[in-house]
This record gives sequence, structure tokens and C-alpha cells, in this order.
Amino acid sequence: MNEHFVYAHREELISLLLQLADDDFIYAFRGAEWLGLAPHIEEDVASASISQNSMGHASMFYELAEELGLDEANILAHARPAKERRNSILLERVNGEGSYMGTPTYNWAYTVVRNYFYTQAKKIKMESLRSSSYTPLIDVALKVNMELHYHLLHWRTWFVQLVGATEEANEKMVSAIKEVMVDFGDLFSYGKESETIIAAGLIESSDVLLERWKQQMESIFHVGGLDLHLLTFKTEKNGRNQEHTADLDQAIATLAEVYQVDPAAIW
Amino acid sequence: MAIIEHMHVGIDEVRRKLEEVKDPEIDTVSIVELGMVEAIEVKEGHVVVKILPTFLGCPALPIIQKNIEQVLWSLRGVVSINVKFIHSPPWTSDRINDAGRKGLKKFGIAPPPRFEEDGSWHVDCPFCLSTYVTMENLFGPTACRSILYCKSCKNPFEAMKPVSTL
Repeated sequence: MNEHFVYAHREELISLLLQLADDDFIYAFRGAEWLGLAPHIEEDVASASISQNSMGHASMFYELAEELGLDEANILAHARPAKERRNSILLERVNGEGSYMGTPTYNWAYTVVRNYFYTQAKKIKMESLRSSSYTPLIDVALKVNMELHYHLLHWRTWFVQLVGATEEANEKMVSAIKEVMVDFGDLFSYGKESETIIAAGLIESSDVLLERWKQQMESIFHVGGLDLHLLTFKTEKNGRNQEHTADLDQAIATLAEVYQVDPAAIW
Repeated sequence: MAIIEHMHVGIDEVRRKLEEVKDPEIDTVSIVELGMVEAIEVKEGHVVVKILPTFLGCPALPIIQKNIEQVLWSLRGVVSINVKFIHSPPWTSDRINDAGRKGLKKFGIAPPPRFEEDGSWHVDCPFCLSTYVTMENLFGPTACRSILYCKSCKNPFEAMKPVSTL
């Protein structure tokens, strides 16, 4: 990679890498909160495996940021407060009422919709990154994409099957789609750095990617007999600009609890 | 005058030694057989080993790194060891060689199949070789494995997931 390119686009690179890393990190955390609570044992294994892969993806993106002079990946993951994070708001939302430490009444329909919509979006981003102007990002995206194949297959299967199951299941799924879409608006956004990120050729524009996502949804919605008008894209807050909800504070407090006991500990 | 022997380690010795490093979770296959060793560089005793991770979130990577360092230090003439995890080219399941495929089978894991043109794939039972099997869970006990069931010999078994850039 040309040093001049990195020098000239360092800020855009860091912004995009942290968006990708923070997305996967919090997604993996919310997925891990389902451990022992998933609908059946096979799903427990599958969810855990997907969360572990996704944590690996986050770690790769953090390491690319680390190479640009940021803190070490572990610090980026654990020590940054919510106001410094760039993940989409959709991914920080709790899984439902309660906590796994007490009485969790998590919402499986919401989880399936969120995970399917996010995984499809991530797949489209990884494919776009294969023509990125930053070579190290191409290599990582290619590898992530190979693993993502299985994640997408998994969540799409759950989505289609639940939508087409009983009337009750269908109602829960439709209501989950509405709930997910409330926060979906920032998923393809690159925030304030949007123009420079695209001008640097790091990834294609939000509009192009969103259009590809909608095309995928059209065929699946058609299979499930779902109304495409359920897909609305309004955003009140934008996680890419470090705007977040209290859910993210709660998540960070929990996931960084052990780390904060002794940040200098060697793992 | 003291005679100082300049005995530096050679690249072939390093490669042979790496055959001793097994997958920490499957002790019948080595990292060489799995196709994880992409490059070995040796210069005046300074050894660099470049490793391709099979899956990015694989928790076995630090153990593999430690095991590589441990076996290489046993070689004479090693001055330093640097194990690097790299991502280009991406590891794919067709990098596993014939010895690796045999080793997996010995452990009771079906070797990774090739993808069919339509993206589907098929696995045979590693115990009785029957094709009459069902997929129980695409995701298994480790990132690289799936759980299947053989309807002929009534054994559950695992299979390496096929991983491809397709």
C-alpha cells in the first residue's frame, strides 16, 4: 500500500474501520447474550459460533485501525465510552426485556430480523470492499465474506421459516420488522465523513449499497408474502456520528466489567 | 584460537519441524497438512513463519503460535522466531492436503467437500462411507466444523465446512 495514500486518507480510513469494527463487536456481544437462552440446543451452538466469528471480524478491523496508529485492538474494543463509538444504533439495542443475569424475556423474532437484515447488509459491504482503494481492507473483507456465507444462510432460513410458520409467528415477525426498521436508517450511513470516505474510493456510496440490499429483500419478501412498505428508512439518531442510546452504555458497562478490573492484565 | 561454528538453521529443517505442530483441537492433523503455513523465511537464524488462519475468530490461534515457537526453539541455530498471521491469500478448505484429509477422517471428521456448481455440497460418513447422511447443524463445536448424522451406521459425526472464495 502506498504510504502517501494512507497519509492523505488516514481520518477517513479510521472512521470507516471503526464503523465496521464497532458494528461487529456489539453485534457479537448481543449475540453472545443469547448463550443458553436460544430456542433450542442446535441454535445455541449456531448463535455462539456466529458470535465468535463476528468477534473475530471485529478484531480484524480493530487491528487494521491499530496499524494506523490507534490504540491496541483490545483497548479500542473495551475502553472506549459510548460517545466515541461508531456502530449502528440497530445493533446496540437490547435483545428484549430483562437480563440474562435475572429473568430474560428476550425477543427471538426481533433477533432473527435484526441479524438477518444486518448480515445481508454486511455481506453487501464486504463485497463492495473487494474493490476498495485500501488493499489491507480488501484482504480482510474477502476472508470475512467467506465466513459470512454461512451466517447469511442461517439467518435467512430462520427469517423465511418464521414468516411462513403460524399466524402468531407471522405477526411477531411483522412487528419485529417494524421495530428493526425504526433504527435501520444509519446502517448504510458513513456519518459526517461520508463524502471523503467515498471520494477516497474506500467503499461505494450508501445509496448504491442500500439499493442492492433492497433488491435482496424484495425477493425474500416476495417469498414470504410480506409487504415491502414495511421497509422504511428514517433515522433520528446516527450511530456513525457517535450518537447512541442508553442501551450502548449498558452493554459497554457489562462487556468491559472484567477488563476494567485490571486494564493492564495480560490475557 | 577458538573455533566458532556458524550453524544456522535451514528452511527445510523448519518445514519438517512444523509438521509436529498439530491442530490443538484435532491432534491427527498438522498445520502443514491443513495448508495453514503460507511461507517460511530463514535468514541467519532468524525465522519468520507466515500462517493463514482458517477462521478469523478461531481461539486456537494463540495456542498454535505458542506451539510453533516451542518446536522451533528445539532446532539448533535458531536466533529468533516471528510467527505472523496473514490474510492474503485467504485460507480455503481446498488447501488441506491428502495427508490432512486422512488425518481428519481418522479423528472422525469428514474432510471438506468441494462446492457443487449450484453452491451446494455433499459429505459422506467418515465411518461407514455411506452417502445417506443428514445435516444436523451447519455450526459445530468449533468454527470450522458442522454436525451431521449418518442414517446408515446411526453415528453422529462432524465435517469440516467447505470454505471457498466463490
